[in-house]
Amino acid sequence: MMLNMNTAINNALDTVMREDKNAIILGEDVGKDGGVFRVTDGLLAKYGSDRVIDTPLSEAGIIGTAIGMALGGLHPIAEIQFAGFMYLAFDQLVSHAARYRSRSRSTWTVPMVVRTPVSGGVKTLEHHAESPEVYYAHSGGLLIVEPSNPYDAKGLMIKAMHMEDPVLFLEPTKLYRLFRQEVPDGAYEVPIGKANTLRHGNNLTIITYGTMVPIVTSVVEKKGIDAEIIDLRTINPLDEKSILDSAEKTGRVVIVHEAPVSFGVGAEIAARVAEKAMFKLNAPIIRVASPSIPYPFPSYEQFYLPNAIKISQAIDEAMSS
Amino acid sequence: MIKKVYDGHIDYLQIMDENGEIDSEQMPPYLDDGKISEMYRWMSLTRAADTKAISLQRQGRAVTYGPSAGEEATQVGSAMALSPKDILVPNFRQHGSYFVRGLSLYDYFLYWKGYEDGMTAVKKINATPYIVPVATQLLHAVGLAFAQKYKNTGANVLTYVGDGGTSEGNFYEALNFAGVMKLPVVFVIENNQWAISTPRNRQSAATTLAQKAMAAGIAGVQVDGNDPLAVYKATRDALVNLKSAPTLIECVTYRMSFHTTSDDPTKYRQDAEVEEWSKKDPIKRVRAYLERRKLWNDSKQAEMDDQQSKLINDSVDKAEKFRPDPKSIFEHLYSFMPQILKEEEDAALGANFWQQGGQT
Repeated sequence: MMLNMNTAINNALDTVMREDKNAIILGEDVGKDGGVFRVTDGLLAKYGSDRVIDTPLSEAGIIGTAIGMALGGLHPIAEIQFAGFMYLAFDQLVSHAARYRSRSRSTWTVPMVVRTPVSGGVKTLEHHAESPEVYYAHSGGLLIVEPSNPYDAKGLMIKAMHMEDPVLFLEPTKLYRLFRQEVPDGAYEVPIGKANTLRHGNNLTIITYGTMVPIVTSVVEKKGIDAEIIDLRTINPLDEKSILDSAEKTGRVVIVHEAPVSFGVGAEIAARVAEKAMFKLNAPIIRVASPSIPYPFPSYEQFYLPNAIKISQAIDEAMSS
Repeated sequence: MIKKVYDGHIDYLQIMDENGEIDSEQMPPYLDDGKISEMYRWMSLTRAADTKAISLQRQGRAVTYGPSAGEEATQVGSAMALSPKDILVPNFRQHGSYFVRGLSLYDYFLYWKGYEDGMTAVKKINATPYIVPVATQLLHAVGLAFAQKYKNTGANVLTYVGDGGTSEGNFYEALNFAGVMKLPVVFVIENNQWAISTPRNRQSAATTLAQKAMAAGIAGVQVDGNDPLAVYKATRDALVNLKSAPTLIECVTYRMSFHTTSDDPTKYRQDAEVEEWSKKDPIKRVRAYLERRKLWNDSKQAEMDDQQSKLINDSVDKAEKFRPDPKSIFEHLYSFMPQILKEEEDAALGANFWQQGGQT
């Protein structure tokens, strides 16, 4: 069936709700409204208000309660309406979801999925376009995934629900309805911790994820260069092997992400490539990312976001060495 | 037009006063002398273990420790009202509650010697681990209560927060969720009057902390938190009442010791206040009652003290023989071992720094 990312995640949620009666969806407006992006549309009617719960407006309440549900043997799927509001639940995520297994030496576990829309490019109000992945990636204990297409979105969600760990599932708002793709009807898993090589090439490696994937792909196709494109899909744990194998093969690395450049995922990747593959490189590692400033108001966002021109210039620079 | 749209009040319950006298009108039949003797033993054990833990910390044999001295009636009285399948969700101070549930002194001392391994035992006694970030555990109790209701286990959840914790957002969020979802959870405020150096009157302008229940549409009651009988009855009533509403119980007690072993209360509170509260000591009043009933005397006390002291010392000895596995700090983070984490673990092992770091 042809689905966009939005309907693919809806289909994945339907799949996991059907296969696991301990799966519970909770969040603001996830019931009758089906979520502000309609990702949970139709699930209340199908599974009832015991399993699809409209909560009070309370982000820490949602995540803290979901942790308790998971401790109690359920498998909650919590929705935070926008990643920019999830900071209210930051403590519950990093102090408890991430640490509960460790502090109890695996006697208590927190199997749960936290879904939230991330990133911008869709002219939203302040706090509706955040790319906060590194805050969470810095806390060991959370798995962080971010699909860039409908197929991966469904498979990663199903995989996330088959894990015993807390999984932060980041959904790029801009990609919800950007394109459709053939998605299998039944259940299937996309592995967590494994990057996807979208395109094979020999002269340059571009590592990216989320909103930047379609832009990078289009730039590479237009330029007609022999580039390898790696879509991380999982931010933590990082698939270091895929990155290093490709970097060693091509000798040139460009990293592209929407989150601010400083202390970002790109910094982590660049450090690992520098530590382990420096002498295989023909050019300096280049990062293309947003500047280290708060996400601007919507009519300024075109000056902020990485775009085809910036990515193209970075590619030219890498190829010139 | 103006009309009254809400009217509420908060009851205060005391059954045993500070002299060990019983208010017979409030005394429920299930609180017989056997039960009261049991309370006395648990409270005494908690005090003795607490004293030992402080002593170990002072000798460098335990980590920073949060004492429970003075608060035993709140902890023991509430935990004793639970049935074994109920779930206990403490913060970092409910040592007495843990003991009543069956946590061994060995696991308690192991934890306070700085090994999380002591917390592997709590699931078996239907309790969650010590939680440090204030009030955050209340939401876990809410989610656990949801799971009990959803799975129809018939179990209830009891959780604790301090007076300082009632100022946290998570406190209100937890009460609110529990109220909206009608969950089987009892919230106990262990109001010990001090949040480190900040007194109760700097936490809230509210006359009682129990009245915060009204804003969430749940039941609220205040009890003498140094009276284990009142705490027991209020908890039991709350558990029975859970089918209609969750309950918030404010137990008015007193932190007779410091916030933690890192704290020096002489900097911010008067000795006279501590002396005044020591007259209300929960252990003293229960002993006075038992002696009047001819159920207790000095020789029984000496016998119990000896038994508890031996148990405590044996447990400390055993905890001091514990040898940690440094790999456990890596290997319980996920359900699997990510390659990049494995490399960090191997690097640490390879560098041999655990051995170099020295075994204390």
